Amino acid sequence: MAKKYDAGVKEYRDVYWAADYVPLDTDLLACFKVTPQDGVPNEEAAAAVAAESSTGTWSTVWSELLTDMEFYKGRAYRIEDVPGDKEAFYAFIAYPLDLFEEGSVVNVLTSLVGNVFGFKAIKFLRLEDIRFPIAFVKTCLGPPSGIQVERDKLNKYGRPMLGCTIKPKLGLSAKNYGRAVYECLRGGLDLTKDDENVNSQPFMRWQNRFEFVAMAVEKAQAETGEVKGHYLNVTANTPEEMYERADFAKDLGQPVIMHDFLTGGFTANGGLAAWCRKHGILLHIHRAMHAVIDRNPKHGIHFRVLAKCLRLSGGDHLHTGTVVGKLEGDRASTLGYVDLLRESFVPEDRRRGIFFDQDWGSMPGVFAVASGGIHVWHMPALVNIFGDDSILQFGGGTQGHPWGNAAGAAANRVALEACVKARNEGRELEKESKDIMEGAARNSPELAVAMETWKEIKFEFETVDKLDLN
Amino acid sequence: MISNNTMGDYRTTQTLETFSFLPPLTQQEVHDQIAYMIAEGLTPAIEHEDPSKATSYYWTMWKLPFFGEKDLNAVVAELESCHRTYPDHHVRLIGYDSYTQSQGVCFVVYRGKTW
Repeated sequence: MAKKYDAGVKEYRDVYWAADYVPLDTDLLACFKVTPQDGVPNEEAAAAVAAESSTGTWSTVWSELLTDMEFYKGRAYRIEDVPGDKEAFYAFIAYPLDLFEEGSVVNVLTSLVGNVFGFKAIKFLRLEDIRFPIAFVKTCLGPPSGIQVERDKLNKYGRPMLGCTIKPKLGLSAKNYGRAVYECLRGGLDLTKDDENVNSQPFMRWQNRFEFVAMAVEKAQAETGEVKGHYLNVTANTPEEMYERADFAKDLGQPVIMHDFLTGGFTANGGLAAWCRKHGILLHIHRAMHAVIDRNPKHGIHFRVLAKCLRLSGGDHLHTGTVVGKLEGDRASTLGYVDLLRESFVPEDRRRGIFFDQDWGSMPGVFAVASGGIHVWHMPALVNIFGDDSILQFGGGTQGHPWGNAAGAAANRVALEACVKARNEGRELEKESKDIMEGAARNSPELAVAMETWKEIKFEFETVDKLDLN
Repeated sequence: MISNNTMGDYRTTQTLETFSFLPPLTQQEVHDQIAYMIAEGLTPAIEHEDPSKATSYYWTMWKLPFFGEKDLNAVVAELESCHRTYPDHHVRLIGYDSYTQSQGVCFVVYRGKTW
């Protein structure tokens, strides 16, 4: 039946609050933590978020009647208390699939975390989780290679891979930088990494860096008989420049490049991921700027959402924090989004901050990268927390070894293999860590020196962004 | 501060991926890894290769993967048999994972004589 046009301002909840709505399998679902302004009822605030992130605007417009708004509108269908936070609540919103362009996380984010985050009736707003329907997932490119293909290409099985960011992160000449890479790789690391800040500065232009690094990788590979790689950072100021760098890495026969997906942006990331798929090159993803977006527990976007978006946009590795090192990271929450990167189905589990079942279908998995302030003593915990499908990156923990990078690399490799072996033997890694490490060090002077060097270093501060649990 | 005469020199070595930075595994340690593989539901398989061709992705298969094999001693017997037949070759043990289409375990059990 045709409706009449009724100009003016309506309460959002009249149109966008639907407590009896049963979400469809094809709906995109979102959970927001909403802190409304004083005096705004929860249903109205939830409905406002649904409206402003989907079809609504502040005033009724006549042209709405030319379409079927019931088909296109987002709906707030549930609200829940946030444990331990009296002024906030969770709003669950269902969006019809046709609100979003196929395969575009850019489009999803523009809607869900667009204007609505500056909306006046809301004091703070945080996007906690998104359930991407499998119908949407199947339209996304996803990781260019994924865990299984990468293992086959690098010939690494039955253990986490070992990496390290080359230090000092800024200021080295290309040749000295390549030296540092070579030393790490010949000592037993699988992969080394450009620091995210390294692009193409005056002290080291990208062409020079790529050429010297390629020589280092080639030599280490020939001498050790193992497959090696270095993440060549192609992040640049324009897409054209980014592709030029990627092409050069390919011409040099390098297996892996890297990109910063948040500072570079999702459009650049999607393009680069497609390029990597086309050319069979692995893509490492760094996450500079994430803490600006995800650290405040009341406002912003939780990292699990950014991680899901990256898996859809495309990347073979993603930094996840370490739980045990120098950077922020709650253990249960980290394990939750590590699963979201790697598994094909992840069930709802509030104890790990997961608000929805997530079905990834056949989308390949992403390696979780643990990096930042970790050293050999952390190895048992890291192997236990992250499991085999991870890359453990020891920057200072490799290059800070008193005998240099190669010895530091060997120390880490011995520790890693000892931990994997012990785990497979059924030993409890974290409980028996001292015993396992000391046993391994008896056959490795490099490891013994590393253990002595870092025995006192701990990073024990309270996590700022904790899970909201009773 | 470390002095030059206490600083060690790290010599580059050819290595064979997982567990090659550890001392050669004892018989008991190899058995423990096979037990792990079987408990994880992986399919044991054996490959061997001349050390001069060890960097190839493909090594030569010893028979077929031992689908459904749950007996640790049967796997050990096959390993020994492969090693007796190709004493100069590296022999590695693999645990195929049909769910991930990857290998959950892969390490060299016997290193070739010329290595």
